[in-house]
Amino acid sequence: MKLPRFTRKSLCIPYAVFLVFFVIVPMLVIVFYAFTDQNNNISFSNFIKFFSDPTKLSTIVYSLVIALVTTVICLLIAYPIACILARSKLKKKFVILMLFVVPMWINFVLRINALREIFNLLASIPSEGDWWGSWLTGANYFKTVVGMVYDFLPFMILPLYTTMMKIDNSLYEASADLGGNALTAFTRITLPLSMPGIMSGVTMVFLPSMTNYVVSDMLGNAKVTIIGKFISNYFGNDWHMGSMVALVLLVIVFVSTWLSGGFKAEDNVRGTNL
Amino acid sequence: MAEKIIELRNVTKAYGDNVVIEDMSFYVKKGEFITFLGPSGCGKTTTLRMIAGFDLPTSGKILLNGQDISQFPPNKRPVNTVFQRYALFPHLNVFENIAFGLRCKKVVNTYENDKGERYTKKEKLTKKEISEKVKKALALVDLEGFEKRSISTLSGGQQQRVAIARAVVNEPEILLLDEPLGALDLKMRKEMQLELKEIHRRLGITFIYVTHDQEEALTMSDTIVVMADGVVQQIGTPKGIYDEPANTFVADFIGESNIMNGTVTGDKKVRFCGKTFSCLDEFEVNELVDVVVRPEDLKMCPPGEGALKGEVLSVVFKGIHYEITVKVGKYELIVQSTESRNVGEQIGLNIAPDGIHLMKPKYTSNIFDGVITKRNTVEFADGEFECDVTKLYPGSHLDEEDYLITAEGEKLDLTGTEVTVEVGLNDITISDDEEAGGTTGHIISIIYKGDHYRLIVRTEESEEDFVFSTDDLWNENDYVSVIIPKEKIKLTLKHTEEKKR
Repeated sequence: MKLPRFTRKSLCIPYAVFLVFFVIVPMLVIVFYAFTDQNNNISFSNFIKFFSDPTKLSTIVYSLVIALVTTVICLLIAYPIACILARSKLKKKFVILMLFVVPMWINFVLRINALREIFNLLASIPSEGDWWGSWLTGANYFKTVVGMVYDFLPFMILPLYTTMMKIDNSLYEASADLGGNALTAFTRITLPLSMPGIMSGVTMVFLPSMTNYVVSDMLGNAKVTIIGKFISNYFGNDWHMGSMVALVLLVIVFVSTWLSGGFKAEDNVRGTNL
Repeated sequence: MAEKIIELRNVTKAYGDNVVIEDMSFYVKKGEFITFLGPSGCGKTTTLRMIAGFDLPTSGKILLNGQDISQFPPNKRPVNTVFQRYALFPHLNVFENIAFGLRCKKVVNTYENDKGERYTKKEKLTKKEISEKVKKALALVDLEGFEKRSISTLSGGQQQRVAIARAVVNEPEILLLDEPLGALDLKMRKEMQLELKEIHRRLGITFIYVTHDQEEALTMSDTIVVMADGVVQQIGTPKGIYDEPANTFVADFIGESNIMNGTVTGDKKVRFCGKTFSCLDEFEVNELVDVVVRPEDLKMCPPGEGALKGEVLSVVFKGIHYEITVKVGKYELIVQSTESRNVGEQIGLNIAPDGIHLMKPKYTSNIFDGVITKRNTVEFADGEFECDVTKLYPGSHLDEEDYLITAEGEKLDLTGTEVTVEVGLNDITISDDEEAGGTTGHIISIIYKGDHYRLIVRTEESEEDFVFSTDDLWNENDYVSVIIPKEKIKLTLKHTEEKKR
């Protein structure tokens, strides 16, 4: 008997096994559960129930809005900083960059807990008629968004910084040489050439902020329900409905990635936007 | 005489302590094709970048049509640049790359209103104007129909053309070209040289071209500015610079040369290689000079007939001519000829008077500022050397405690005395052993002078140069230590009044 030869293809085996057991099979299981009822008969009842229930739909809308607001704020904070860092001639800019990244190394639950304590502390500041304290205690969506921005900001800064670092300084010189001012340089060079970084950062912030319900649970007094929380709740008693919600989320993610051009291979930054 | 379009007046550029351009002054005439030529690191690109506005001079003025523009940002200067690696915008197609400058531009248009009053308006160029100009620019560089192509699909030569079109489409007064052909292969480069020349002729604007390739400079330029070490060495026409190099650096850098030490022996007579020759340059009798003879000015003849006689050491075929190395006495001379000779053959050599160029030697000795130390050594050029301090005061001697006793019996402590140190060109040796000498540095220049090499060693910190002759072959950039024998260091007091008790 001939021994099987070890080839480059054999290197794929571990990943192929992983792929089958952790990606393909679970997906099929989800699809199966989503389109069956409690007696495991094929049915579309979950589908109909989901889209006819206003609370479920509003949860999705809320999740999208929270994710969108988080992403926009992250982008507004990260873009100028990445821009300045990438173009500065500072020798120590690595240190500054690390300051943004180091928090990622501290346990995330711990950080969110700390943030909650800070909010509690702030809420205890006395004010006339306690308007401030009561507002902050009840501002669940606000606190959730702050927590998410705090948590996901590095994921926005890093891809932006990497793409901007790759922009050759001679392009800015060329722009100035051809009569362009600072605004021209930004709109016609920095912005278009950092687009892959923006896309990558947006995907890396937008998706987790739709599903990461630890933040919304801890900072939103469990009053804020996002899709992730929703799915988790359903998997307590109704796997079929949970699977349907998960499937809907999958479709949303797929569509938003497709819309943002994330499937175009050439614009991929370190493969992070898929 | 054509008017000056751009003039540099005493321009100096320094990065911290590192002076890149030193007190540079020259001007460029309108419509000229001028080339900055020099080895890498000579400051030619920095000069260009200061004209473009990417770097600002530390001091001095840059005048464009008489107006000082030295502090203007690049977008306020009517000059455009073709960058070394093109710097094309990768996300824009050919059309948009070329139209970039046009879209930034605003022109003043004059209109007439209903009442017949004229008024002016600053306006952007219209789509039609832009597209026409781009089309014309593409035609100029032979890239018609390339408008929609993406930059990444173009070859190096095509990218080069787009870069030129992108710059000239703005109708600049001066076009700056920073080694634009450096990335192309030889054949492509030759073609582009001729094409650039043709573009220059058709546009009639001033071209300032930067290159380290002397052949390119000779082929293309109306005027060449030879630079070395941030200083202009010579400005002239290609022929003028080749035929009459101002110094040995220029002679060595432009074309091949035989450079030798010579002595002027009479009116238009010079002696080198052990023979006396007639020449055209006038120098004072007995003056030491550098003699430059171009290889093609050495004419071979049967042995016994020529002024010089030698043996053929090697023959290399170079395509159009042979390069023949001839040993004449202890000198090795390079001869270029269309005829070949056999290795080992005895031949004679003749030089016509107009083939001999004499120039004042740049270095006759090394002068440094030094300070005497406690140990009666002298510190200069980042190092410490043993010296004979008693030479400072005639008739003096050192007592047992190393104090100096003058001829009058006065006791002096020389510590801290400022002196001028002079070392002759033949009194310096160098060594690989970093500990062997008084100071260390890198070899920055090697010029072969027939029977010996003229080396310059530059120390690292204060960038002092040691110039000297040696028979040994070293490599540029070698890190060496400088050895000077105690008795060869000549000291003179700087301030005689500073005698200390």
